[in-house]
Amino acid sequence: MTETKKGIPQHPPKIATGIQGFDELSHGGLPRNRISLLKGGPGSGKTVFALQSLVNAARQRDESGIFVAFEERPQQIVANAAGFNWDLPALLKSKIFFMDAQLSPDVVQSGEFDLRGMLAMLKAKKEEIGAQWIVFDGIDVLLTLLQNPKSEIREIYRIRDWLAQNEVDAAVITAKIDSRGAEIANYGFLQFMVDCVIGFESRLECGVSLHRVQVTKYRGSAFAKGEYPVSFGPGGMEIAPPEPTEIKQVASGERVSAGFERLDTMLGGGLFRGSSTLITGVPGTSKTTLSGKFVEAACRRGERTLFVSFDEGADRIVRNLTSVGIQLKPFLKSGVLRMYSGRTESVAAEDHLVTLKALIREHQPRCMVIDPLSAIAKAGGLAAARSVANRFIYTAKGEKITVVVTAINEGDQPETEATDLQISTIADTWIHLSYLIRGGERNRALTIIKSRGTSHSNQVRELILSDAGPMLADVYTAGGEVLMGTLRWEKEDEERAKAIQRRAAFDQQRASLELAEADTRARIKALEHDLERQRVELATYSSDDQARMVSSSDREKVLRRIRSADPAGRAANGGVASLEKRHDSNGSGKSGKKNKAETPDGP
Amino acid sequence: MVRKTRDRGAADPAAAAAVVMVLYITDSGPNSVRAVANLEAICKEHLKDNFRLEIIDVLEYPLRALADGIVVTPSLAKLSPSPATTVVGNLSDKVGVLRALGIVE
Repeated sequence: MTETKKGIPQHPPKIATGIQGFDELSHGGLPRNRISLLKGGPGSGKTVFALQSLVNAARQRDESGIFVAFEERPQQIVANAAGFNWDLPALLKSKIFFMDAQLSPDVVQSGEFDLRGMLAMLKAKKEEIGAQWIVFDGIDVLLTLLQNPKSEIREIYRIRDWLAQNEVDAAVITAKIDSRGAEIANYGFLQFMVDCVIGFESRLECGVSLHRVQVTKYRGSAFAKGEYPVSFGPGGMEIAPPEPTEIKQVASGERVSAGFERLDTMLGGGLFRGSSTLITGVPGTSKTTLSGKFVEAACRRGERTLFVSFDEGADRIVRNLTSVGIQLKPFLKSGVLRMYSGRTESVAAEDHLVTLKALIREHQPRCMVIDPLSAIAKAGGLAAARSVANRFIYTAKGEKITVVVTAINEGDQPETEATDLQISTIADTWIHLSYLIRGGERNRALTIIKSRGTSHSNQVRELILSDAGPMLADVYTAGGEVLMGTLRWEKEDEERAKAIQRRAAFDQQRASLELAEADTRARIKALEHDLERQRVELATYSSDDQARMVSSSDREKVLRRIRSADPAGRAANGGVASLEKRHDSNGSGKSGKKNKAETPDGP
Repeated sequence: MVRKTRDRGAADPAAAAAVVMVLYITDSGPNSVRAVANLEAICKEHLKDNFRLEIIDVLEYPLRALADGIVVTPSLAKLSPSPATTVVGNLSDKVGVLRALGIVE
């Protein structure tokens, strides 16, 4: 590994293949100006990888390339690639040149031959079209005709030297070398000669062929070690890149409706934007209905929405949802909603993921439903499906899509459901639907098992479907049992009757209290009257007393005036004397009596 | 396009059963040198003057060789009499070449 002055490892220059996932795991693509070897058994994807790199280079960077086809006729390759949206025929006119390097079966071989002529032709063509890429596809097919390992090696080295002299941005050689290397031992040395070796493998697992890719050698560069799943979608090959070890998704605080108000309330205000929700339940517990309600709410907000269903046609889903008051048709018509129905038999989970990613790219949804996600595990083994389910949810999170997925579980224990795909651990919200059978009825119950970052209700609610849509009702617990359906109705009736009784009793009590209050008031009134009367009496009495006092002092004054005496108390000294004097001056028989009365005024 | 050809054998194209061949070689490559020598020997021995041979150096005319559908060198294309056949290699297997040229059954 080359090192810069700072000691940071620097990768050799690379050229991107544009193949989803590969450029990530190879840390940038194929080595520039070097030879890369694609090895693998028949049908493992070598040719598609090589051709797709050429197509991407032509379409994305306007580079041209030469494809030397040793194994198949160019027409055949073009026909095979017609399933991909590469528009290959248009590229063949100007950007990609196919050289048919297959010897016709009629050709007679007489003695040894070499590739000198071919390389001269390729050089001329390369200069003519300015090719930067060259692919030798299935080199072993032609060279084995030499029937001489030494000659084969010689020709390989001839190619290598030619590539060194005629600088190309990228050279790709594909050869059928299987990973065990037993079949064509002669080509083992190829792996030592080239700078980058990429192994392809396809094997049958649970009735579905699984493709894998592994970078086994990359001179001077780090790369993701390990096998990565390969899948083929409309855009060609896709490789599931290693998941970034660090999760860098931004958590949104924005809430979106989970479908209807009551459920949002239970969830503490709705689902977080960009979160993933898992709805589990046995068949018939309205998982699709809840998903449909979520979709409808999203479409009403005008958000682009994708509804993916497996093993059930979109038409039927729309019709069935209409019966519970969920109208998706107008949104389908306006294009806000895109529905996709996929089959799951004999389709590898990886391929589902490619389809889902293509749908996401195409529709750019903000909300998405997969109903049921558990269907992807039908073919191809559980391990692959688990990985796909996980990667799907990470992909959706990366795209900030609010996702609702459903999973069918056979048992009715929340702990056992969805563990098949193990998505319950990575889903942010987990809603479980179940049946409760009580009193000869089967009723749907909704529980929120978890909802990250949300104070959610821990109560079980009854989910009721009507033509107005799903709604949630409180459930009653009586004697440790949850009551639903008719039992709930009965309980509600009972509660209602009780309420009426309580009301009546209350009213009665109130009336009597009111009566008592009125009585008391009346008594207070009477007492107040008494009080008033007494006050008046008291006042009257006081004024009498005063009047008496006033009149007596008046009389005294009059008396004094009559007697021409000083006002009482004015003469500090000799008051008595003066009085005596007054008495003297009055000089009447009456004065003795008066004196007696006046003595308290004296000293 | 000017073809650099080296005509050997009969110059008379009207000759009835004349064998018309094109040999694609790469200048002085060992297989090419051997092929030329082997073919000349075969012609001399079996065709006398009743053939027409064009030798094309692919190093000089690569695009012509490409257009003619040549894959490896040396390649010998017998154009007539029909059916047209191709022999690849340095023509060291004389019987195989004779059979391909329709000289022996």
